[in-house]
Amino acid sequence: MLDGKKSCHDQKLIQIAAAEERLELAEVREKLAQARGPKFWRSLEELAATPQFEDMLHREFPRHASEWREGEKGFSRRDFLKLSAASLAFAGLAGCTKQPLEPIVPYVRQPEEMVLGKPLFFATAMTLSGYGKPLLVESHEGRPTKIEGNPDHPASRGASDLYAQASILSLYDPERSQTILNRGQVRPWGSLVGAIKKALAQPGSGAGLRILTGAVSSPTLASQIQQVLKLYPGAKWHQWEPNHRDTARNGAVMAFGEPVETHYHLDKADVVLTLDADFMSAAGHPDFMRLSRDFMQRRRDPKQGMSRLYALESTPSNTGGKSDHRLGVRASEVQLLARAIAGRLGIVSAGPAEVVHEKWIEVLVKDMQSARGRSVVIPGEHQTAEVHALAHAMNAALGNVGQTVTYTESALAQWVDSRASLRELVSDINAGKVSLLLMLGVNPVYDAPADLGLAEALKKVGLKIHLGLYVDETAAACDWHLPEAHYLEHWSDVRSFDGSVSIVQPLIAPLYSGRSAHELLAALTVSTEQSSYDIVRAYWRSQYKDADFESAWRRWLHDGLLANSGFTPKQLFAKTPSLPAEMKPAVQGIEVIFRPDPTLYDGRFAANGWLQEVQKTVSTLTWENAVMVGARMAQREGLQYGDVVDLDYGGKTMRGPVYILPGHPDHSVTVHLGYGRTRAALAGTAKGFDAYPLRTSSAPWFGGGASLRKAGERITLATVRNHHVMDISELGKEAAAREVVRSATLDEFR
Amino acid sequence: MSQIFHRSTNTISRATIYGFVFVIGALAWATAEFQRSPWITRQGEAQSQPVPFSHQHHVGGLGIDCRYCHTAVEDSSFAGLPPTKTCMNCHSQLWTDSPMLAEVRDSYRSGESLRWNRVHDLPDYVYFNHQIHVNKGVGCASCHGRVDRMPLTYEANSLQMEWCLDCHRAPDKYLRPKTEVFNMEYEQPSTEKKVSVAGKIYTDQRTLGRDLIKLYGIRSPGDLTSCSTCHR
Repeated sequence: MLDGKKSCHDQKLIQIAAAEERLELAEVREKLAQARGPKFWRSLEELAATPQFEDMLHREFPRHASEWREGEKGFSRRDFLKLSAASLAFAGLAGCTKQPLEPIVPYVRQPEEMVLGKPLFFATAMTLSGYGKPLLVESHEGRPTKIEGNPDHPASRGASDLYAQASILSLYDPERSQTILNRGQVRPWGSLVGAIKKALAQPGSGAGLRILTGAVSSPTLASQIQQVLKLYPGAKWHQWEPNHRDTARNGAVMAFGEPVETHYHLDKADVVLTLDADFMSAAGHPDFMRLSRDFMQRRRDPKQGMSRLYALESTPSNTGGKSDHRLGVRASEVQLLARAIAGRLGIVSAGPAEVVHEKWIEVLVKDMQSARGRSVVIPGEHQTAEVHALAHAMNAALGNVGQTVTYTESALAQWVDSRASLRELVSDINAGKVSLLLMLGVNPVYDAPADLGLAEALKKVGLKIHLGLYVDETAAACDWHLPEAHYLEHWSDVRSFDGSVSIVQPLIAPLYSGRSAHELLAALTVSTEQSSYDIVRAYWRSQYKDADFESAWRRWLHDGLLANSGFTPKQLFAKTPSLPAEMKPAVQGIEVIFRPDPTLYDGRFAANGWLQEVQKTVSTLTWENAVMVGARMAQREGLQYGDVVDLDYGGKTMRGPVYILPGHPDHSVTVHLGYGRTRAALAGTAKGFDAYPLRTSSAPWFGGGASLRKAGERITLATVRNHHVMDISELGKEAAAREVVRSATLDEFR
Repeated sequence: MSQIFHRSTNTISRATIYGFVFVIGALAWATAEFQRSPWITRQGEAQSQPVPFSHQHHVGGLGIDCRYCHTAVEDSSFAGLPPTKTCMNCHSQLWTDSPMLAEVRDSYRSGESLRWNRVHDLPDYVYFNHQIHVNKGVGCASCHGRVDRMPLTYEANSLQMEWCLDCHRAPDKYLRPKTEVFNMEYEQPSTEKKVSVAGKIYTDQRTLGRDLIKLYGIRSPGDLTSCSTCHR
């Protein structure tokens, strides 16, 4: 949107929009303040009931859709109907033609179990940030068509998420990388293997080998990497995830001395407190499918007694929307309030002197104390390690451990601090220690923290090889690019959040001669070419002690998991974290909150048109990101929807349009990562703005000291917030009268 | 001023105006008949095939059941076309060097599918499901004709919409007991040839049909002729 190549037509629309979409936020706030009882509204325009909004409401079609009129260019509705009628008539006429002769081609050997015309279903799993999403994929005559969750798997129980649903589109994406490239030239697989072998042939060159992956939970891949490291002493394995869980890891280390994984059992919890944790979004928590289901189970059956959810959060989220009590604070204040709550629970000695939301905390603490062993504190993935450590201590103090909270080892093969790992790689490169770098399914040139200077450092690496689904920013910076096989095209394995292992089985042979990370790594250790199937099977054969491997393997493939491969809970007790005497939020200027995009994740799904088109949670934006601000801040700064602003932060400036998000904390803005890609096929390239250049390794999720100024331009944002609104004469009246949204107390509901 | 046109022009113009109606009518009739003609529908037109497979020989002569090859007919919308493997089940033992079967053996050896010419081809805007028909007492022969008497397969019926509707409007005219669905030689009940279903003897089709509609839970003609039943 910001490439400055707008047509005259677009410009005209923008001017119209700018003239009409002027919100008087002061009025809106006044109206809300007067309102009593539950009121339902979809957008600030609806709440303000501006004449423009009323006008839009009474139009059959939105203004821009009905602007073609007779006499002007284009055609009228009458013309449209004429053409439709003609099309229909011709279509009918086409029915009178002679059916052409067609061939019918049967199988030579029909696969067993197949009933022609009926789909088959196969269990497999998708890997996202290292964690497996167990799936059941529908296949018609050998072509996968629809993805759903695996109902037999404890981590899914039939649920899937939007990334899994949309991944079927990426499978058939013709813009996926299709050939092995050496500096833009098409090369065969043998040349790539030859180049790697040559680089490793010189004595001592193994010490210059570095492997960069995302988070890895695949037991086979982890064992392959260990083999490589054993074969080439001095070689190192680094992991980088843009949506990393470093704070969760480091918080666990603070509390337990080791990186353990925390599991919450919300079906057993009566009181739930989230500390900026969005456990109801795919990008908010890796175990969100099970967490959401468990939580909603308590909501559906009021006889058991509903649980109560207190959400302390910064950026408005699904979880905040579902909560009974939501408190919107700046991201840096969450830690302060967590400490205050911990103080009331008697965990940390002295809380801060003044507590702003004393009443809220008082009620919460009372509620939690009356539900000992039946409450949960969930720290946010995008909060600090201290918040995690405090949450562990609170859960321990409330007697929740072993009841609603359990600890296991992590599903990841090695749960490392992602930022530290990448920092070490960059410093090794800068020290000239790296001669061969394999980047497997990662895109660090686009998404690495800005302060590391990875893109610049890469130039010093002798041989850089990239494995990826697309020819992306990193592929362009590498010597070699190898097309990666989609997860529906190759064999692998993965652990889900609970530790259960699923075999990733392909539904179709690679469409574009893609290879898996297994095959590339095998080229480093063995001389003969090995397929992913052989590699994964050989690993599990070596792990399986009983005699009948074949029937066990078939059972794993059929069920989609290795039975009882989940981890057993550990008996652990959290240490009280040693916190600095006084914790002060960084309250200078505006705070910038970084979040993975609700639909594009960290940007890896930017090329997927479905994920671009689907509306983002809460904001309902599509195809772009925006600088999210609260209504109070928008009022103070005189910002309207679509006002382009310059955001100065950490010595860098970023330009993007403003989106007013009711409920967003004051003095802070949220920017979503994943946009502004420069090489992400047609759907993803040059959409929105790139927030990664502002994001540093020391402040991955939020940081203070930013300032905002208007750039004097305004654009129309692609949002659906006012689509399909209903006629309302007075705020919330119609919705209430027709009971579109119903509300009742728990007693009434029973 | 003299008349420009001769008096006879009146007659001619009348004849033309009235005649025009008949001409249009005749054209419409001719078009409709042409649409129904076997030239358009390919009814009765045997298609040439890579291997001259004879249903007459295999079904009529040898008595192989329909479902030996068309395996999916009871479970799926598509009846199923046998893979080369099905042919080779027997022909790896019988007629193993017949030149007529060379294509079958080549296919089996090379893994390349046989490319048959489609005989029954509905337009893509029609949804047809074999499963529901054969499980509700519509015989194979009711639509496909006496396949057991076809040396090369051809379309026995037009497969046009009016033909479909003929049965969908009054299924009792054609239904048969489920046990007789795959029986090519089945005949509708008459006083000479009685049919018994569930202990009851029938001597006429209408009574049998009405009882089978109840027995098999077949929907009303209103439902069966609803547009979206076939055009989904």
